[in-house]
Amino acid sequence: MNFRTFAAFVGPSVFMMLLFIAFPLISVFKQSFYVTQPIYETVEKETCTPGFLTQTCVTETVSQPRLDEEGKVITQTQYVGWESYRNVLEPERAWRAISDGNWNVLSTINFWKALRFTLTFTLITLPLVIVCGLGIAVMINNAAHAIRGPVIFISLLPFIITPVIGVLSVNWLFRGDGILTALLEWWLNRDIALFAQAWTIEVLMMLYRVWHVAPFAAIVFYAGLQTVNQDSLESAVIDGATRWQRMKYIVIPHLMPLIIFVSMIHLMDSYRVFEEIVGFASQGYVISLQWLTYDFLVPDQAGNRSISRASASAMLTMIGIAILLIFPLRRTWRDHKGGH
Amino acid sequence: MSSRALRQPLSLRLTSNIFLAFWCLVAIFPIFWITVMSFKSPVDAFDSNALNVIFGPTTLSNGNGLSLLDIILGIAVIWGTIALVFKKMPAMIRAYSREGLEWFGWVIGILAAAVGFLVVFFVILPAILNVLNPLLGPLGRDILGLTTEHYKTVWIDRGFSNNFKNSLIVTSGVVILSLSVGTLAGYGLARSGSNLAFWLLIVALIFRALPPSALVASYLPVFISSSEWLAPILGENAPTLYGKPFAVIAVLVAINQPFTIWMLRSFFQNIPAELDEAARVDGCNHFQAFRRVIMPVMWPGVITTGLFSFLLAYNDILVTSLLLDAQNQTMVPAIVGMFNRETTTTDQVVAVAAAVSITAPLIFLVLIFQRQIVSGLTAGAVKG
Repeated sequence: MNFRTFAAFVGPSVFMMLLFIAFPLISVFKQSFYVTQPIYETVEKETCTPGFLTQTCVTETVSQPRLDEEGKVITQTQYVGWESYRNVLEPERAWRAISDGNWNVLSTINFWKALRFTLTFTLITLPLVIVCGLGIAVMINNAAHAIRGPVIFISLLPFIITPVIGVLSVNWLFRGDGILTALLEWWLNRDIALFAQAWTIEVLMMLYRVWHVAPFAAIVFYAGLQTVNQDSLESAVIDGATRWQRMKYIVIPHLMPLIIFVSMIHLMDSYRVFEEIVGFASQGYVISLQWLTYDFLVPDQAGNRSISRASASAMLTMIGIAILLIFPLRRTWRDHKGGH
Repeated sequence: MSSRALRQPLSLRLTSNIFLAFWCLVAIFPIFWITVMSFKSPVDAFDSNALNVIFGPTTLSNGNGLSLLDIILGIAVIWGTIALVFKKMPAMIRAYSREGLEWFGWVIGILAAAVGFLVVFFVILPAILNVLNPLLGPLGRDILGLTTEHYKTVWIDRGFSNNFKNSLIVTSGVVILSLSVGTLAGYGLARSGSNLAFWLLIVALIFRALPPSALVASYLPVFISSSEWLAPILGENAPTLYGKPFAVIAVLVAINQPFTIWMLRSFFQNIPAELDEAARVDGCNHFQAFRRVIMPVMWPGVITTGLFSFLLAYNDILVTSLLLDAQNQTMVPAIVGMFNRETTTTDQVVAVAAAVSITAPLIFLVLIFQRQIVSGLTAGAVKG
């Protein structure tokens, strides 16, 4: 295939990605150094209230946005350097908190709080997803052929369900005296409020995420289990390997590429955790990096969106993704070089 | 397990199956439970006693309930419909539709089945049961509380049908556009071994990892002020892109593009290159080979990728909630609004009913396309 045909085939897709992904990335980078805000002016305003004999008049200075002829707010864009980053990171407060060893203060700064949760969430759910997925896959593989279809159907449901709806349904099971909270209370014989402190919400979020992603891991591993070499399993039995040893020395090495694949996908997706925060309405206790950017973009009471801060927080989020991707990309690069 | 040496002892198989059953219970329970809740009156739905939620005594005492006969006949009708659609319909469609127009036959068949089911289930069945129930005594007495009023509230009073329409527009737009752009690119990438193709795929992989919120941060100011900067090109009626479904469709297609081309590429690589070489020898150029030889054998892969594009668009909340205005809002952001606004338990059950309404199409999707979804999940993975 010569270059022109290739370009014709790939062209539309590349164009869309350039226009809607690559170009916006550059503009986010630029935006994070500029602030657009209305120009304020201070006006002396006299307000009079009618009174008996004389009216009482108060003169005060108000700052209000300047309007143009059509009554629109005039805005100006200004280069502010690293200020938006400073607003997001609050480096002085953060540094003081670290040097005092005072972690509670650090967790009052939204960015650090979000970073802490995002990282714990990603790192704790990863092994759980792999282990649960592997377990389910092995169990499906053990089951009779007739029930595999229905079991896979049921297993796909948590994966296919709209994430926000999944979170909401878990939320309804636990919120207030929801059915599972009631069960827990009856079992532990004490009063439980799962939504009154951060750590219980975090546990629920992680449980939800494992429930949501484990089926994906399970299906991928199950497909991998079909291609395990039966002969080597059999010879392992003859050599006296136990079930566990067969699993450890034959099955898991065979599945290793898939485990890496699932971990990669899971790392990327759980680093972008967002729906859990919305569905549990947990912003008072727990927030994530992507939610932080989202929150800057939602208009506040005055209808302003802090685009600049959102851009800064988005850029900071992407540093994490870059770190996350370095290792797999280096590996792919080495494979590619080796393949030629 | 063909070999005797690998046969497992009974105890192990039993444990494994028990755990599997437990997993199935865990997997299905939240979905099952919100479905049950959505049919109950608020008092029952949030009762801490599980049996009260299932049988709904308060709902029953309000006069909304089903008798044993209702349940049996209802299940019979549903079962009959499923049997008809899966057993009889394929043969009928093959018999009556003309060669090459089978898909049209399927559309007609499914529509007819849906309309028939709705008429029988909601018109004829209630009429028959109204006559039968009083005659049968204990069999005809209501035992299970069940009400559909929350669904009526959601779909009629809260304007959820409007959100549904918007979701339909956005998702179908995304699926069609991303497949037509993606199949071309996927084919090109699969058949070109050049370095450029490799780098494109790597860049696409990086793009796949980006958080959508970062991209939305850059769209927002541009979209809001688009009528100003588009004015020199389009003149007076330059559109404001903010809030417009077509703008969101373009954005979602672009965000899904990396995933789409990776998946389609791996499907295209499964098709032997000899096939298009043969076509080229017979005098086709690349596009003709693609259209006449490759596309006909690619439908399974295209359908699978289409399913995943559908899911990505249907499930999206971040992009749609930030870039669409209230009037054009899709279902998922709308329900979050509902959930956050809710004050009374009635509102909560209404939100539950909305959640079930969003989930139902997805369950049908898995039911029909299970094989394709599984093949899609494993396509990228197994080949590495």
